[in-house]
Amino acid sequence: MQLPDAEELFQILAKKIRSAGIQNIALVGIHTGGVWLAQRLHQELNIQRPLGMLDVSFYRDDFDKRGLHAQVKPSEIPFDVEKSNILLIDDVLYTGRTIRAAINELFDYGRPGCISLAALIDRGGRQLPITPQYVGAELKIPDNQMLELQRNENDKLSLKIYDKTSNHE
Amino acid sequence: MIDPKQGIDTVQDIFIAKGKIVATGIAPDEFQASRIIDAQSLVVCPGLVDLSVRLREPGLEYKATLESEMAAAVAGGVTSFACPPDTDPPLDEPGLVEMLKHRARNLNQAHVYPVGALTQGLKGERLTEMAELFDAGCVVFGQPDGLLSNLRILMQAMHYASTFDFSVWLRPQEISLTHHGVAHDGEVATRLGLPTIPICSETIAISNIILLMKETGVKVHLCRISSAEGLSMIRDAKQQGLPVTCDVTINHLHLSDMDIGFFDSNCHLMPPLRSFSDRDALRHGLLDGTIDAVCSDHAPVDEDAKLLPFGQAEIGATGVELLLSLTLKWGLEMRLPLLKTLSKITCDSAQILGINAGNLSVGKAADICIFDPNDYWKVTSNSILSQGKNTPFLGMELPGKTKYTLVNGHIVYEKQN
Amino acid sequence: MNSRNPQLNENGTLQHLLTTEGLPVSVLLHILDTAESFVGVTERDVKKIPLLRGKSIFNLFFEPSTRTRTTFEIAAKRLSADVINLNIAVSSESKGETLLDTVNNLSAMNADMFVVRHAQSGAAHLIAKHVRSDIRVINAGDGSHAHPTQALLDMFTIRRYKREFRNLRVAIIGDILHSRVARSQIHALTTLGVPEVRVIAPKTLLPKMVERLGVHVYHTMEKGLKDIDVLMMLRLQNERMTGANLPSSEEYFKYYGLTPEKLSLARRDAIVMHPGPMNRGVEIDSAVADGKQSVILPQVTFGIAVRMAVMSILAGNQT
Repeated sequence: MQLPDAEELFQILAKKIRSAGIQNIALVGIHTGGVWLAQRLHQELNIQRPLGMLDVSFYRDDFDKRGLHAQVKPSEIPFDVEKSNILLIDDVLYTGRTIRAAINELFDYGRPGCISLAALIDRGGRQLPITPQYVGAELKIPDNQMLELQRNENDKLSLKIYDKTSNHE
Repeated sequence: MIDPKQGIDTVQDIFIAKGKIVATGIAPDEFQASRIIDAQSLVVCPGLVDLSVRLREPGLEYKATLESEMAAAVAGGVTSFACPPDTDPPLDEPGLVEMLKHRARNLNQAHVYPVGALTQGLKGERLTEMAELFDAGCVVFGQPDGLLSNLRILMQAMHYASTFDFSVWLRPQEISLTHHGVAHDGEVATRLGLPTIPICSETIAISNIILLMKETGVKVHLCRISSAEGLSMIRDAKQQGLPVTCDVTINHLHLSDMDIGFFDSNCHLMPPLRSFSDRDALRHGLLDGTIDAVCSDHAPVDEDAKLLPFGQAEIGATGVELLLSLTLKWGLEMRLPLLKTLSKITCDSAQILGINAGNLSVGKAADICIFDPNDYWKVTSNSILSQGKNTPFLGMELPGKTKYTLVNGHIVYEKQN
Repeated sequence: MNSRNPQLNENGTLQHLLTTEGLPVSVLLHILDTAESFVGVTERDVKKIPLLRGKSIFNLFFEPSTRTRTTFEIAAKRLSADVINLNIAVSSESKGETLLDTVNNLSAMNADMFVVRHAQSGAAHLIAKHVRSDIRVINAGDGSHAHPTQALLDMFTIRRYKREFRNLRVAIIGDILHSRVARSQIHALTTLGVPEVRVIAPKTLLPKMVERLGVHVYHTMEKGLKDIDVLMMLRLQNERMTGANLPSSEEYFKYYGLTPEKLSLARRDAIVMHPGPMNRGVEIDSAVADGKQSVILPQVTFGIAVRMAVMSILAGNQT
């Protein structure tokens, strides 16, 4: 399958968010790809409020089956969540379970005013009633394949697709 | 046929009649065999003599019974054994000893030789009626739980025993140094955080006993030597001509404190398993004769009593069925001829016990063990007849399986295929 | 005669936490790294996460210890587990029920994890060996043998303040002989690559051949504290203060108690740790315990995060 260029998709996504013209927004990236995107957006959109990062490992619904992720990174929300206008950022939106976990975790920091969702790619296959407000592209990917965002040493983003070897969300 | 006592290692027939060995090699005139045991490729040797087998009777029948342990003994090729007085109550009264002898005799299996208690209740306060106990069947007198805290009583007991020329059997252990210890004072106990028993607990006791021997002139057998240093003291005492003998258990001959692993309660033994170098010294001490005999120190323990944290688990291991195999294993590892190996569990142990057993002389009671030295068997709770299944050797493959055991010419054990 | 480390399964993943001895560096670091994430959680307003929701964790304390039990309880509750505290020192064992009977009974109540404290060395190993295979066991202190979560929280604290293990000199001071904490600390420190671990104590408080654990033995604070980066004090039990181990707590304090003067023998940026509860004026002077170099209270805080990490990793590892 011909995959779109991740850098181009990022520009599309950034443009969509910028044109929405949301005021006083706080960005929260979901580890790991979502954090890369959030960092770039934070610069690109010149956001004032500090960047948040979530590792949803502690909130996943498949802990009983898969255990704890080998490398859990600390979640960091360096602003007051209470009444904040939060834009959650993930790389690939699929079943929606990661987003569910992220929203749950955010609520443990406080009661946000509003949460919206941005994803570089929406690959379909949702299992929960979750819809993104901003997407770089929609791309139908078969369930037996994984789509992953990667970043090289020059911080250049790219997409990679491969066959599932183990159960992934 | 191998008879260490007579130095015989040859292929020949043994002829038994009326419970006794009537000839070897050539059949006596008019000998008619009613049963022939084909022992081709097997070893025929004197029935084994074990210096310590606990039957747990009287008093501790939940651990084992006379029936179960007597069956275990003959399954291990053991035809005579000493039974320590640490029963409940201890063997300190003639009536108890007579009862034990009687019960054992009725089973018509191995010969039981009770070790009489040296002090009443083994409490180390008052002497027992040793002469009466002797008449009741005790052959020697002992204090199996370690050295008496009161040395004056010990000295007097030794004096008294020497009056009648009785042997005194002591396990050299200075109680105040043992304290609450459960393991050898070395690297393993340090790692596992187990309370320790220093080697000086044994050596100080040996030293005391040797000095008291000189004072009293009594014959002493030191039971269950565990340390290289203790061994060298005994070697010196023997060189001085003191009437002292000693034994080692099958466990201490093969294992060290390393075998405790992650708190294997089957290795909770007394004396404790000591270091690797102690174990090596014991193996060589047995070879050079400083140690006179090997015993099983058979101590069946019920399973619940071992399913406890190491320090709380009951002391002891089952072993009477392993005596032959583990002594053979030692002999193989030391590259000894069978004749020499077997002497440690036949004629040499019989001599310590002071009984006329452990040899195949013509005219003697036909107590015989027939085993296959090349049959390796696995120690499992099913392959052991003893009611106690507790041994550090569980799961190991050992050489030598008894095929037949004869006591007074009767087949008391025959291995089922 | 099974020599495989009983806390790891065939794939080398952690099934039980019984001791720090023999654990691979990767497992230790995984616990410390995971704990870092939990420190963040414990600093939030809502300190609870849903990770172990529906799991039952039994605190089996055969030996009383309010403090350790409480830290495990808090850790479990922050992970949303159900916690059942059993102070068995006064219930079953006095009724003659054996350790394994108690454990089997509780297993039948669908326990997922046991946190075990027992006065006998090896008790946690025994339970781990006989427990149903889906149940996890954490050793919260067995006799003088091991107290792995305490050692791990100590390692976490050291890493927080010193960053690296590979350039440190660490001294453990006090009753090494009876200390499960010291043994677990020594194994953790040597595994994590600390090049020099010292023990400082009078000979009556040192086990035989302790140097075989990879430590250097000192008998005086003057020599032992020189160039030290981390001081790990041990608690001296009341019953050891007078008798066969020591003549008096006063003499002990004079020669081995950590005072500001003795602390000044160590490196200027050295940190002071203590597993608690402290005997002020016996093993440590108040001026040191409450001083700038003390990290004793942060140890307690990190203890929660480390125990959360251990519980989550164990609960998540499949049989």
